[in-house]
Amino acid sequence: MTMNKEGRPTRGDAATADVVTFTGNKALQIEESLSFEKDAFASTGVDFPAPSGKHDRLGAMKRAGAIGLPGLSEPEAMRHFVRLSQKNYAIDMGPFPLGSCTMKHNPRLNEKMARLPGFGDVHPLQPESTVQGALELIDTLAHWLMELTGMPAVAMSPKAGAHGELCGMMTIKAALDAKGEGHRTRVLAPESAHGTNPATAAQCGFSVDAIPADETGRVDLAAFRAKLGPDVAAIMVTNPNTCGLFERDIKAIADAVHAVGGYFYCDGANFNAIAGKVRPGDLGVDAMHINLHKTFSTPHGGGGPGSGPVVLSAALAPFAPVPYVVKEGGKYHLVETRRAAKAEGEGTAGGRITAFNGQMGMFVRALAYMLSHGGDGVRQASEDAVLNANYILARLKKEMSPAFAGYCMHEALFNDDFLKDTGVDTLDFAKAMIDEGYHPMTMYFPLVVHGAMLIEPTESESKEELDLFCDALLDLARRAKAGESARFKASPMLSPRRRLDETAAARKPVLRWTPELGARAAE
Amino acid sequence: MLAAIGAKTVDDLYGDVPKSALNAKIDLPAHKGELEVERMMGAMAAKNRAAGAGPFFVGCGAYKHHVPATVDHIIQRSEFLTSYTPYQPEIAQGTLQYLFEFQTQIAALTGMEVANASMYDGSTACAEAALMARRVTKRGRVVLSGALHPHYAATTRTNVELLGDKVVQLPIDTGATEDLAAAIDGETSCVIVQTPDVFGNVRDLSALAKECQAKGALLVAVVTEIMSLGAVKSPGEMGADIVVGEGQSIGNGLNFGGPYVGFFATREKLIRQTPGRYCGMTVDADGKRGFVLTLSTREQHIRRDKATSNICTNSGLCALAFTVHMTLLGEAGLRRVAMLNHEAACKTADALSSVKGVSVLTKSYFNEFTVRLPKNATGIVEKLAAEGVLAGVPGERLWPHDKDAHDLLIVAATECVTDADIEALRSNLERAL
Repeated sequence: MTMNKEGRPTRGDAATADVVTFTGNKALQIEESLSFEKDAFASTGVDFPAPSGKHDRLGAMKRAGAIGLPGLSEPEAMRHFVRLSQKNYAIDMGPFPLGSCTMKHNPRLNEKMARLPGFGDVHPLQPESTVQGALELIDTLAHWLMELTGMPAVAMSPKAGAHGELCGMMTIKAALDAKGEGHRTRVLAPESAHGTNPATAAQCGFSVDAIPADETGRVDLAAFRAKLGPDVAAIMVTNPNTCGLFERDIKAIADAVHAVGGYFYCDGANFNAIAGKVRPGDLGVDAMHINLHKTFSTPHGGGGPGSGPVVLSAALAPFAPVPYVVKEGGKYHLVETRRAAKAEGEGTAGGRITAFNGQMGMFVRALAYMLSHGGDGVRQASEDAVLNANYILARLKKEMSPAFAGYCMHEALFNDDFLKDTGVDTLDFAKAMIDEGYHPMTMYFPLVVHGAMLIEPTESESKEELDLFCDALLDLARRAKAGESARFKASPMLSPRRRLDETAAARKPVLRWTPELGARAAE
Repeated sequence: MLAAIGAKTVDDLYGDVPKSALNAKIDLPAHKGELEVERMMGAMAAKNRAAGAGPFFVGCGAYKHHVPATVDHIIQRSEFLTSYTPYQPEIAQGTLQYLFEFQTQIAALTGMEVANASMYDGSTACAEAALMARRVTKRGRVVLSGALHPHYAATTRTNVELLGDKVVQLPIDTGATEDLAAAIDGETSCVIVQTPDVFGNVRDLSALAKECQAKGALLVAVVTEIMSLGAVKSPGEMGADIVVGEGQSIGNGLNFGGPYVGFFATREKLIRQTPGRYCGMTVDADGKRGFVLTLSTREQHIRRDKATSNICTNSGLCALAFTVHMTLLGEAGLRRVAMLNHEAACKTADALSSVKGVSVLTKSYFNEFTVRLPKNATGIVEKLAAEGVLAGVPGERLWPHDKDAHDLLIVAATECVTDADIEALRSNLERAL
């Protein structure tokens, strides 16, 4: 028994029954209604002076009728959002081993730098003379990206990885068009590719031809060669691939696609395994996007924002979108229109892909990360990420079933063989991890592995953290095999919500609060 | 750890990499401590003129507004900042609930039935709207207003032309007099028109909406200044089919162009053709209300090459900043700050119209208007910048190939602008001309 200093017992009696509270709260877990349910449609938490009422040039265009937006006072709003925040798992709380998503620590120096008024409070259309430091930052980051990839050019404006893919594939299309090779309409992509690859190719007007994986989890070279032809525009390959493996025939793949006149697009989502170790430019890559929010640790923020600069070969560089930064006579200059005769966007497939200059806020964070780590630290981060993943692979293979033999790169892939006949599936296994205090790994991806579980620890985890994580997963695997399937089926049991009915959500979508919804809930 | 793995060195783990490509020499500086990095980056930041450092009138799709301190505090909470896309809803209810609130706020502001959980920014949302109109109407011709932000027009053109569709761009229209209805034909998938437009004109889209409907085209309304919706009739009320735009003004800083938060709103019946993510309401195993990502059979991770868009990562944290700021404002605060914007713009326009040779072209506007100067505006803007006054966006910056636009200056005035700022702009402009 534990006693406090006044000698009163501080430990209560053990209770096993589920506790039902009056409020529905569970101690630190506070239930929180929608802001729209708080009867605050007439209030505001922001103090502005009243308008003078002397100016009104809106006439008949003035908005009449209620908009229907609640306003909470500062303390109310603070509680609302803090309570919501406490229903989230986050990398700052524990391991977040989402394979292919790269949840690594987000250093707070980067946040501080992004908030310097000279970066955060600068308008994209200010005169160049007033933003020389911002352009210098973009140019410096571009230099790092080119040096790390061994590529001669980089387009900085893509807003995220998929947008970078779009930029790269558009650039390829423009280059083909310029050569009069518009007949190349087919893009090859492995079955294991991220969904964004085929979606991007289709968005560029290409058809997509899937290449199967071989028994080692890599591109099936024979199948790939059989698909080559004069109508091939490009191949899109993720390397390291989504099975967490390096495509050991990468150069042969590049050579073969080049030999038939196509381009090699590399999905750089997994660049964090090789940054500082291997330069994609040495492997025959023509274009590759880099997810700054993965490799260079800009925060994922619950789904974005990202940033996806695309490095380009010399042949593709002229087709990069505007804007881009150049240095002339000691001054930085933002090129916003092509010098070519055509006006911006007019028929040039590589015209413009977004307003303004790309994700500057992410550029600042990524450069702060790079300067802090240096070339040596970037290399070590890659090595540590690969070491951590292999450690997990080595420890977990005692009870779980690796999808492929041999070492992995930065993520370890398992299939669901070890759950065979246990009545537990990958989803159940993942949900049981939640009760153990972990965010689940990536499930059911890549598609080429049955019941896939893709675990990416990143370099951020210590050995102690990895060991506890592995012990917990080994324990779960043993429990599944021991016939405790009921526990898995019921999990998670300790999270703010238990399994949610996604089928019902999709069948009758409720995508916004309405007064009718409020009235129904009150009944 | 290596012993447990059964490898001698870390490089053994890289055994699949071609030997010639492993450990390439990379010429980059070595790691540095926090203090040194702060010094280096601080030096770069110091070379930029911050918007808050003096009189500031630059707009055209990105606006300097006051963001309450609460917003930045909330978005820096670890549980929001360092979480992922809410694919595991049991431990992501925080993110999901604010996305549901964000969707509700956007729908209310735009006057539409549904809104998604954000796009990268306004320009890419605009391009996505054109692509969606193509899917809905199965037509291949997009009509762009001559007063659509040129970056939005170019972004849309790039995306649409990739699929071989046609783009009809109307000439520059400073006075909202263009006849968009006349440009619609039987092949037109959509008309894209901005309000307030890039010159600041607040536009009545009601008649155009009827024309679009009669001719089987969709009306896409673009709003680059979402704060305007606190004062100006919403596109939804005027009959728009899709409303897209930029949400940066609420909750988000200027950030030299990004990250921002695009929004995408439409009618419920079109929802299966929309891009991006949705959060929907449902119940958990105990019958408790909860939220999940839904309608994902449209998305790339399920539908691959048949997806409605390739978008994956969006602007989650910027959407949170929007939601927090909007929740603090409420309708009452939004209406008030919107009218403060309008009054600041009216006062600024009145001041500039008193300057010899300057004519204000915009009659009905929210917080931005266009003036014609007696000479090229680029040099004038540079001159004023040297005096510490950022006067606006010169026409040449947005329409380099159209000489008629080079005398134009687009001026934005928000709640941040003071009477002294307006006087600084007026007197400096007078001196510069």
